[in-house]
Amino acid sequence: MAEEQVKKHRTPPDPNSAKYKLGQIAAKAYQDAFDAKVRGEKIGWCASNFPVEIPETLGIAVVYPENQAAAIAARGFGQQMCEISEADGYSNDICAYARISLAYAKTKDCEGQQVPMPDFVLCCNNICNCMIKWYENLAKELGIPMIMIDIPFNPDYDVPESEVAYVKAQFLDAIHQLEKITGKKWSPEKYKEVMEYSGRSSRAWLAATATAKYEPSPFNGFDLLNHMAVMVTARGKKEAAEAMELLLKEYEQNHAEGKSTYRGEEKYRIMFEGIACWPYLRATSHGLKDRGINMVTTIYADAFGFIYKDFDDMCAQYCKVPNAINLEYARDKRVKLCKENKVEGLLVHTNRSCKLWSGFMPEMSRQIGEECGIPVASFDGDQADPRNFSEAQYDTRVQGLTEIMEANKEG
Amino acid sequence: MYTFGIDIGSTTSKCVVLKDGTEIVSSSLFVGGIGTKSPFLAREEALKKAGITDKDISGTAATGYGRNRTEDADFNVSELSCHALGAHFIFPRVRTIIDIGGQDAKVISLSGDGKMRDFLMNDKCAAGTGRFLDVMAAILQVPVNEMEGMAQKAQKISQISSTCTVFAESEVISQLANGVEMPDLIAGICDSVAGRVASLAKRITIVPEVCMSGGVARNGGVRLAMERYLGTEIRFSEQAQLFGAIGAALYAFQKS
Repeated sequence: MAEEQVKKHRTPPDPNSAKYKLGQIAAKAYQDAFDAKVRGEKIGWCASNFPVEIPETLGIAVVYPENQAAAIAARGFGQQMCEISEADGYSNDICAYARISLAYAKTKDCEGQQVPMPDFVLCCNNICNCMIKWYENLAKELGIPMIMIDIPFNPDYDVPESEVAYVKAQFLDAIHQLEKITGKKWSPEKYKEVMEYSGRSSRAWLAATATAKYEPSPFNGFDLLNHMAVMVTARGKKEAAEAMELLLKEYEQNHAEGKSTYRGEEKYRIMFEGIACWPYLRATSHGLKDRGINMVTTIYADAFGFIYKDFDDMCAQYCKVPNAINLEYARDKRVKLCKENKVEGLLVHTNRSCKLWSGFMPEMSRQIGEECGIPVASFDGDQADPRNFSEAQYDTRVQGLTEIMEANKEG
Repeated sequence: MYTFGIDIGSTTSKCVVLKDGTEIVSSSLFVGGIGTKSPFLAREEALKKAGITDKDISGTAATGYGRNRTEDADFNVSELSCHALGAHFIFPRVRTIIDIGGQDAKVISLSGDGKMRDFLMNDKCAAGTGRFLDVMAAILQVPVNEMEGMAQKAQKISQISSTCTVFAESEVISQLANGVEMPDLIAGICDSVAGRVASLAKRITIVPEVCMSGGVARNGGVRLAMERYLGTEIRFSEQAQLFGAIGAALYAFQKS
């Protein structure tokens, strides 16, 4: 006998809330690109850590294939898109975001998240090197230009001047190429404005995520996974700066009033490492919530907060994003987040799509666990391919982690 | 006071009746795990052997992959914590457990009081698990429980891939076709499982004493290979497959 389905009543979000405004900004970014396309303007597909300041200053609409793929996966269309790419010869070992994006380039349709087709692609390899081949293939398949920015892996803590010069020359070249492709002109005044909004957004984002230091945290860490989309795509916009400042205000207010967007008692506080398991967001989030675990921090809290004083400094910041830095520096960033936010355990997503990130995590998580004196558990999954996750295995690992945290509390 | 532990795994169901948290009164083991009648049958048999009924049980804890799906337990505990406590009950000086079950492998580090301190588990792959041995036993038509005796007769251990069960299967078939002796091949299969899990174990600091639990612990070929890989003695108990259920019964006692 079928179980009676009871529809939960959902309160519509308050249109004055940061959550609503951030959702609107993320949705508007897609609509802006569709509208620009209709007006006959050239639009692009852009890597998540490509300097957003460049298209923003030039007034060029771009969409982000990584965000699109995450949305497609979260809405249940990941596997069918992956299979389209695999049928074309792409190995199921490569990034599922890439497979979904390459499938979309072929089908030009997926109800999980539609985007306008690009006139150029903007690639930056500071997040991973798979991205180079992914974007090369997009450019080749679609017969459009690819603008590539190469950011070397940084073995040191500081960014040497030579690297800043190397990256700056590429940024300038990208601007010139985009001026040629789109006919739009770079304006130093507009750049200054974008830089200011990006700074305001970043400062507010970093401060908002830092309110997790309060016990209980004024927010559920899974909120960050949604709000992060605006930091990736729109941090140089005035609306983004205002919405992020509102988010910070709300979190501070939650703390003052003893409230939180985390429902239920916050018994344990963990750091979540890795890209979200989008096809199983509900299962992964409930596996934590049902045990009173709040994911109070993630490296995303740090990754998309870009604060810089001028163009050269901006170049340096893009050389310091999480996947472009050495293990020790990356570890220290996470240790800082764990300590500041009083984290009691670390849960690592061994993400089959992301060999780079998952490859360095066994050693890095061991070091974080030792430095912070916290237990570490990892689970297998995938950011967008649902075939690489087992809920029962996830549950056992999370329960094991919880039992150690409980024993640690008991002393 | 009687407490009850039930471990519903992927391939077997185990039950233990414990008296006053100190004495194992009865135990049972049935082939068949989640979704079969085995959990029920194992429970009935353990109660019958103990000469008691449901009413005599003060508390029941469930563990294993089916722990969330049984209605007969008062609460559930992960198999990680249960194996730790169960192993501590049998071997109080054990500080590291290597548990190889039907579908996963775990390495558990525990404190002096039997509490789990740290753990690592295999990735989503059958290599290095009991399922790997089942697949190989089926190809060779040798019962798993006879593998140990045959492995001891090996003259030259075969090299079998530990990367993937499916690849290893075709490798075994080709080695059979090439006339490799059965004992050498079986020793290679045991070695393959041990090597895979030993590399996982080395990521945790191995603190003696070390014991093995789970169904694969019964295979001496794997145990001996594991001792060789880790360079330490591996303690073994005939009750190794029951550690999870013993741990569950102990947790039930602690909460009663």
